[in-house]
Amino acid sequence: MWQRMTKHYLFWPLAALAVLLLFNLIYNPGFFSIRIQGGHLYGSLIDILNYGSPLMLVSIGMTLVIATGGIDLSVGSLVAISGAVACLSISQATDQNSLGAVIMAVAMALGLSIVLGLWNGLLVAGAGIQPIIATLILMVAGRGIAQLITSGQIITISSNTYKYIGAGWLLLLPFSIFIVAAVWLVTALFTRRTALGLFIESVGSNPTASRLSGIKSRSVIIAAYIFCALCAGIAGLLVSSNVSSADGNNAGLWFELDAILAVVIGGTALTGGRFYLSGTIVGALIIQTMTTTIYTIGVPPEINLVVKAIVVFVVCLIQSEQFRARLAKRRKSRPVGTDQEVTRHA
Amino acid sequence: MNQRPILEMRGIHKRFSGFAALSNVSFRLFPGEVHALMGENGAGKSTLIKVLTGVHEIDEGEIQLDERRLHVSSPYEAQEYGISTVYQEVNLCSNLSVAENIFIGREPRRFGRILWKEMNRRAKQLLEERLHVQIDVTLPLGAYSVAVQQLVAIARALNISAKVLILDEPTSSLDQNEVRELFAVMRKLKEQGLAILFVTHFLDQVYEISDRITILRSGEFVGEYMTRDLPRIELVTKMIGKELEQLEQLPNQAKRDAVGSGEQFLEARGLRRNRAIEAFDLTIERGEIIGFAGLLGSGRTEAARLLFGADRADQGVLRTSGKTGAPIDSPRAAIKQGIAFCSENRKTEGIIADLSVRENIILALQASRGWFRTISRKRQEEIADEYIQKININPKNPEILIRNLSGGNQQKVLLARWLLMQPDLLILDEPTRGIDIGAKTEIQKLVLQLSQEGMAVLFISSELEEVVRVSDRIAVLRDRQLISMMESDEISHENVMKAIAGR
Repeated sequence: MWQRMTKHYLFWPLAALAVLLLFNLIYNPGFFSIRIQGGHLYGSLIDILNYGSPLMLVSIGMTLVIATGGIDLSVGSLVAISGAVACLSISQATDQNSLGAVIMAVAMALGLSIVLGLWNGLLVAGAGIQPIIATLILMVAGRGIAQLITSGQIITISSNTYKYIGAGWLLLLPFSIFIVAAVWLVTALFTRRTALGLFIESVGSNPTASRLSGIKSRSVIIAAYIFCALCAGIAGLLVSSNVSSADGNNAGLWFELDAILAVVIGGTALTGGRFYLSGTIVGALIIQTMTTTIYTIGVPPEINLVVKAIVVFVVCLIQSEQFRARLAKRRKSRPVGTDQEVTRHA
Repeated sequence: MNQRPILEMRGIHKRFSGFAALSNVSFRLFPGEVHALMGENGAGKSTLIKVLTGVHEIDEGEIQLDERRLHVSSPYEAQEYGISTVYQEVNLCSNLSVAENIFIGREPRRFGRILWKEMNRRAKQLLEERLHVQIDVTLPLGAYSVAVQQLVAIARALNISAKVLILDEPTSSLDQNEVRELFAVMRKLKEQGLAILFVTHFLDQVYEISDRITILRSGEFVGEYMTRDLPRIELVTKMIGKELEQLEQLPNQAKRDAVGSGEQFLEARGLRRNRAIEAFDLTIERGEIIGFAGLLGSGRTEAARLLFGADRADQGVLRTSGKTGAPIDSPRAAIKQGIAFCSENRKTEGIIADLSVRENIILALQASRGWFRTISRKRQEEIADEYIQKININPKNPEILIRNLSGGNQQKVLLARWLLMQPDLLILDEPTRGIDIGAKTEIQKLVLQLSQEGMAVLFISSELEEVVRVSDRIAVLRDRQLISMMESDEISHENVMKAIAGR
């Protein structure tokens, strides 16, 4: 039973999350309190879900890209671009509150995201550039594009309709949670109810064999990058709508790294192949919980990145099968020779 | 050739987890000779070389270099003793200069500073004096052809006071002129007293350059011969040998009544790909079994890959009377035409290691249906169960990851993947390699049965017995050429062997 449980892909991510929550339970009892105020639920847990929404979205897209054996470094920049386009479009509307203007803005932002995702996909699958380099182009250029759109300023808007996306409430909960749930559901349906998931895993696991089996690996890869960019675009809407402004410089900064981390913590290997959407969600929650915890227990802001790094390090160690095996081995028999390593190198 | 051997190996045994890669193998190498080491796949050539270069340690036996007992435990040590190896794939750094490549790791230095001028001068001298090659040693290695890179690799090997030079299939990626260039260099080195161990699959080259031949088969020493005293046909016979006759319960192909259907399925005219296969013509009828016979590297696989669109042909026409008649320019197009291809490289080109047996079986069918027309989970399970029963895949659990299956069972899963497509032409490249004799028989039976049902099969195998037994017609390939096409009445073990040997 224990064996089967620890083998489950969600076991270690959930264990890590549980440890983090346990820590909070001990040092920060107020963490778990949830109260209703004005028809809204309030509390740290709700905050985690709310503020973690953009990261969860980006991570869902990143999961598919990583499963194909690729990586997308441009998601942070895409978050900024999407927010900038949406805010610019609304700021120029005659009535910022009109539904039409908001729909128009959302459509433009997401449309541009799709185009940029296609660009990434074509660089990787069409031109055969290594994913890390191909997406680095847009990661760097994207910041520039975002600042170009905002003319280097922070665009502020006053549209309550748009603000609902990232800061609205529905059925006691933040609206952003529903967006994440919807994207997650649609992704799960699309990958598991159609053959797309199978193709992605196949291409990520063995591209040559996949091609020889007749899979259009190129379109599978392009689709993954487009989808990833679309997710980043939606995340960009959430981020900009939450603060009713677009900051080309800082919106989505370092998102790509958190997203990659969330995917890896969730159990999807960076080498591609099998992917785990729910694992990714747990991974993103771990990261957000960590961030929130660091703020709530009052770690000085100068060192909170260090604390974050240490926690990530520990989480990754717990997840590493090799490390666990070594730990178990050491416990069983202390004097372990190094002969195994030697033969491997020979 | 009158002196004592510079290198002598006696009674060498090497076992890998139960199976003997080398058993009681002897080998001698004299200064100033080119000695060809011959044998089919799995004969133990690579193991012998690895033992010699210190990659593997021997279990039993003795190696003597210069009449002194030799014990090497790493390739580096082997080099120090004067045994240098140039591998098939040039493992140099193409973005470093020629001189840097030759001296990498042992650059001439003074006070820790690399003496670039000195290094370039010495590299140039080495190439000119010993190999008679004149190139600019300051250019990056990548700027030169594979042949020159090969020579640089040799120069690098020579730089250390080498006594023995091992060339492991150096010619496999060279064209004819480049081979000639390489041989000229080998002759010069031979004159300088170097002992050269040469591994190749090209018989012509063996007879052109070598003085002596040692033959291995299934890890055993067959014999050592002077090249001029050993006729080709005997060489091939000794390499291939007679298989243990455990397979005799199979019906002999000659007794089969229906031979082809007369209805042509595929036609290739002048199909050719540079450095892979010379232009060849081939027709395949529905329901017939075509065998491809030839040694490894003869172009068997390369030809098959062109038929499947896995590689693009440089020239030639390929037509099928298949489902759409569109040109075959990709595996996907070939599959649409009703062609299936089971690669010889199970690991790299066949299985999707991260996926389950079930997913591996339905992969090609699902790929041909696209993303949206999914096969229901229930149907997938039915299919998987059906094939697990039908071709006896073990263990009988469709949800197990394919990487956990044995080689033979992985092969069966791949067969299932393609049988499910109900192809008109099934290309099987070494379908029985590395699997036990029982599974082998099953696969051969299956092939016969499939052709009876109207499927054309292209059967490629290193095991001549097998090809002769199942094939209606046999195409013989040698040195990247399709050299003859044998009809049923001409097919015999001996005829095919003669054709492979070429004399």
